[in-house]
Amino acid sequence: MSVLLENLGKRFEAGDAVLDGVNARIGRGEFVALLGASGCGKSTLLNIIASLDEPSSGALEVPADGAALMFQDPALYPWLTARGNVELALKLRGVGKAARRARAAELLDLVHLGGAGDKRPHELSGGMRQRVALARALSQDRQLLLMDEPFAALDAITRDLLHEELERIWRETGRTIVFVTHNVREAVRLGQRVLLLSSRPGRVVREWAVPAEVRADAAAAAALTGEITARLREEIRRHGK
Amino acid sequence: MGNNVTELEAGSRAAGASAGGNVPPIDAHRPPDIAPGFSAAGAPDELRALEAGLDELQSGHASARRDWGRVLLPLAAVVLLVLAWQLLVSLDLKRRDLVPGPLDVVASLGQLWAEGLVQESVLTSLQRGLAGFAVSVAVGTPLGLLLGQVRTLRRAAGPLISGLQVLPSVAWVPAAIIWFGLTDATAYFVVLMGAIPSIVNGLVAGIDQVPPQYRSVAKVLGASRLELALQVILPASLPGYVAGLKQGWAFSWRSLMAAEIIAVGGTMGYGLGSLLDQGRTLSDMGIVMSAVLIILGVGILIELLVFGPVERRLLQRRGLLAGSTR
Repeated sequence: MSVLLENLGKRFEAGDAVLDGVNARIGRGEFVALLGASGCGKSTLLNIIASLDEPSSGALEVPADGAALMFQDPALYPWLTARGNVELALKLRGVGKAARRARAAELLDLVHLGGAGDKRPHELSGGMRQRVALARALSQDRQLLLMDEPFAALDAITRDLLHEELERIWRETGRTIVFVTHNVREAVRLGQRVLLLSSRPGRVVREWAVPAEVRADAAAAAALTGEITARLREEIRRHGK
Repeated sequence: MGNNVTELEAGSRAAGASAGGNVPPIDAHRPPDIAPGFSAAGAPDELRALEAGLDELQSGHASARRDWGRVLLPLAAVVLLVLAWQLLVSLDLKRRDLVPGPLDVVASLGQLWAEGLVQESVLTSLQRGLAGFAVSVAVGTPLGLLLGQVRTLRRAAGPLISGLQVLPSVAWVPAAIIWFGLTDATAYFVVLMGAIPSIVNGLVAGIDQVPPQYRSVAKVLGASRLELALQVILPASLPGYVAGLKQGWAFSWRSLMAAEIIAVGGTMGYGLGSLLDQGRTLSDMGIVMSAVLIILGVGILIELLVFGPVERRLLQRRGLLAGSTR
């Protein structure tokens, strides 16, 4: 088991609970999509899993070495080249200079950016920047990769391509991935399981398995997407009353 | 990877349903031979080619060419100014010894050069200015980093440093003369008091503008406090820092001139300010104007040779130059 959440709750000072009774188990090597509308405390949950924040109640088991995190904003350092950004992450991990260079080249090649290592972030497209950010996250060499709506700001063509890219990388590296998104289609496209979080407070209200057969079959995938969307909307409507 | 991950792994393998209830347990490891879902590109090579095409379409290209306007336009501006000056003088509105023309000043400059006074004064002042500035950078940089990173220090010393920046450093000249007499120490003290607050303020302003994501990314990547300051915050705040350095240089150069005008004699060497003061004493407008032009010229040269290129390069590398008038 990679991540185990039991009755996890989070309440910031003098506020309503952000998370309340979150239960989830995520297996090693699994790809889980975390779906929810705004205000479901997704980012808070990721921060807790990444050990950047403490839960107010409940228990959790996470890998001892923490998790790699990737955000919607690639947040590359503009004074460094693509390679420099990846190398800095390796440096902060204490990797030696020669090993750093070799590993950065490997990682950039993994995200198909072998030829763009000397470019600076402003010379890269949004999709390329996000791939550099992915290479940087992978450079941390942690089993668990948490992704907070990483493709939300990209155009549709690029996003489709990055879905494939991410799936390929997941297969090649055997990472455990928790992928947060607003987008039901994206969740079904990527996740082996889709967990639906309710909003205010956030709680896992339902989960669906997405078998490989369903994903390969466009009609079945569309049906599942429809079902999940209906459930998500029901959850959102609840707040209008 | 941590040890207890593998221990946990050994404990339970199946990732079952928790809240849904009716979902069958799934083996965490998906067999690798299953084809991906809605595949737009089949083979990995095809995906790579597709991506390469999209990257090419979406990223811009910069063209580098020699920009003569950068040289010719400022020259044209100077020529125009000199012509206007000459025109004004040839109207003969004032006595020629009070308002010398460009040619008179050139003649005076030539004479000063022949006497070796130009070389001596420029060398003395520039040496003082640069040495004082270097010390200011060495003191101001760690101070700025500390102030920008430690909240208590910032709150305590911030207003003081801002205040010092407003205080003209010439105000320190009397004190410096009383403490150090007519020695080089007086000049250096005034330079330091002018430059350090500017450098500190520039760096602190630069640090304030560092996007918060840069810090959170560094934290996620496991940077220690020192690593955060040196590897992330310092380079991120470089544009503000360089602006502060530039201002710091301007302040030290200005206050040095003021100090040299006021403090003459003793073991003080012969600087540009001394030259200016000598012109005043002799009521020789030619010398005065020559000194003013040399001081101005040194300032322009430093900007053109040092700060201009550094700043331009810095902004260009970060993609901040597009559309600017620099």
